[in-house]
Amino acid sequence: MPPADNDRQVTPFPAGLWEQPQPVVPAAVAEVAEPVQRIRVPASMLYRYTPGAAPSRFLRGLRDKRILGEKDPVNGDVYVPPRGMSPVVGLPTTEQVELPDRGTLAAFCIVHIGFGVNAPPTPFVSALVLIDGAAVSVYGTLLDIPIEEVRIGMRVQAVWAPDEELTTSFENIRYWKPLDEPDVAPELLKGHM
Amino acid sequence: MSGNRVAVIGVGQTKYAAVRGDVSLAGLLREAVYRALADAHLGMDDIDAIVVGKAPDFFEGVMMPEGYLAEALGAVGKPLFRVHTAGSVGGSTAIVAAGHIQSGVHERVLTVGWEMQSCSEAMWALSFPLPFQQQLVAGAGGYFAPFIREYMRRSGAPDDIGILVALKDRLNALKNPYAHLHEPDVTYDSVKDSFMLWEPIRYSETCPSSDGAIALVLGGEAAAEASAASTGVSPAWIHGTSMRSEPAMASGRDQVSPQASQDCAADVFAQAGITDPRRQIDVVEMYVPFSWYEPMWLESLGFAEVGHGWKLTEDGATQMSGDLPVNCSGGVLSTNPIGASGMIRFGEAAMQVRGQAGDHQIEGARLALGHAYGGAAQFFAMWVVGSDKP
Repeated sequence: MPPADNDRQVTPFPAGLWEQPQPVVPAAVAEVAEPVQRIRVPASMLYRYTPGAAPSRFLRGLRDKRILGEKDPVNGDVYVPPRGMSPVVGLPTTEQVELPDRGTLAAFCIVHIGFGVNAPPTPFVSALVLIDGAAVSVYGTLLDIPIEEVRIGMRVQAVWAPDEELTTSFENIRYWKPLDEPDVAPELLKGHM
Repeated sequence: MSGNRVAVIGVGQTKYAAVRGDVSLAGLLREAVYRALADAHLGMDDIDAIVVGKAPDFFEGVMMPEGYLAEALGAVGKPLFRVHTAGSVGGSTAIVAAGHIQSGVHERVLTVGWEMQSCSEAMWALSFPLPFQQQLVAGAGGYFAPFIREYMRRSGAPDDIGILVALKDRLNALKNPYAHLHEPDVTYDSVKDSFMLWEPIRYSETCPSSDGAIALVLGGEAAAEASAASTGVSPAWIHGTSMRSEPAMASGRDQVSPQASQDCAADVFAQAGITDPRRQIDVVEMYVPFSWYEPMWLESLGFAEVGHGWKLTEDGATQMSGDLPVNCSGGVLSTNPIGASGMIRFGEAAMQVRGQAGDHQIEGARLALGHAYGGAAQFFAMWVVGSDKP
């Protein structure tokens, strides 16, 4: 089945990851000391993806720069991104809750290894951001701050893609940047990283 | 532990390496299986059922390999069961295999865990860029490093505890002929000066990517006594087994010390009649893929008070000469064929109480803990084995 126009190809591997040895010259085969036992064969697949009801609501919200969580019907915890059910009580989440595009840095590490695909230049801060009003954190990158000033509990603000580049994608939030507000006590973030 | 008694009566490991180019995947498993059967003085025909486990298929790029591997596993015409619990799978698989005997269904069960990571790129399998999901552009270390940083913040541990763990495990690995990494020149400074990958995790504080397999032969009471009479080696009697899991993304989770981890430890120790694990357990094989998980799990499993696990590492208690040796085999930090890693912990625990661990043997070890975790620190498996019949 040919891919539909709206299918998005998964970003290819970075150059060099699957580098092969130089091809053997046939005339020189007799001189090759080691027999070939293994070859590396890059493989890729194109997926047609159906996100499901709750993630679809969430992704359509992102297209409008809105962060839509969904509420646990029993204890009120707001999940973002929503999966359509609460993993704690096992019931569907039916009520949508719009959250601000601000939050608190719940945990982080400093990444020094190049990951090529969609990753900023190293070193960069891989961040867990607890969006205000949410019960669990989301992954992102934190930029626009010297690394030595990054701390658990600092306030952060989403940086959105330019309007003309907005799609139904998590990538609409390009990264997070510091917000000039007092830090949150780290103890308050326990259980929400 | 309820049900029939079960013991480990055979352990077989492959030589672990970054690339086992000398064997196929089937050949790799066969190497471990033959060694386990030889250790138990049994043949393929003696086995009633086979239970296997490996990490998710895309770590290896071979989908549902247990089908084509049935002959290599000696499983043709026998029940073959596969377990899936991410990185903890080696431990869970051994526990499921034990259940086949506890329940009275089978008497001798072969269990195998493996990974041939050179077949694929596990790092990429964990960081594939899907535009509709949130991005973790940092691999497994990038997932766990923030929780290590949080542990350091809460405990106030000196920032070189991870270096001490890595140095210990890599030195222990020199005593284990099967270990992947043999680095005779490793020093405190060489670990400290190694490249920072996911700060606070350095290169030398990170597990390698390995090819390898481990097989265990489990037997019921009659099989275990027959095997012991033949081999002259004590069985490793299973005193308790436990598995626990929790959802990856749930409000209230604490990934520094997950509730499922604490519950799993409490359950397995209760089954084994252990009230003071620090004093009663002689040797521990713990799943430590990044150095700092040693103090984190020491606390989570109840070997140390919360906030004090790092002191056991700093004081040398977890060295082979200490009172609670951890990862005498070199651990996951020295050998990591992911699907096998949990079962290696379980198997090494059995080897210790059987007196089979060679140069990394703890003299007189009578009670040992095998531990594994996996996924987003959400799947846990543990067993306690002993030289005495429970």
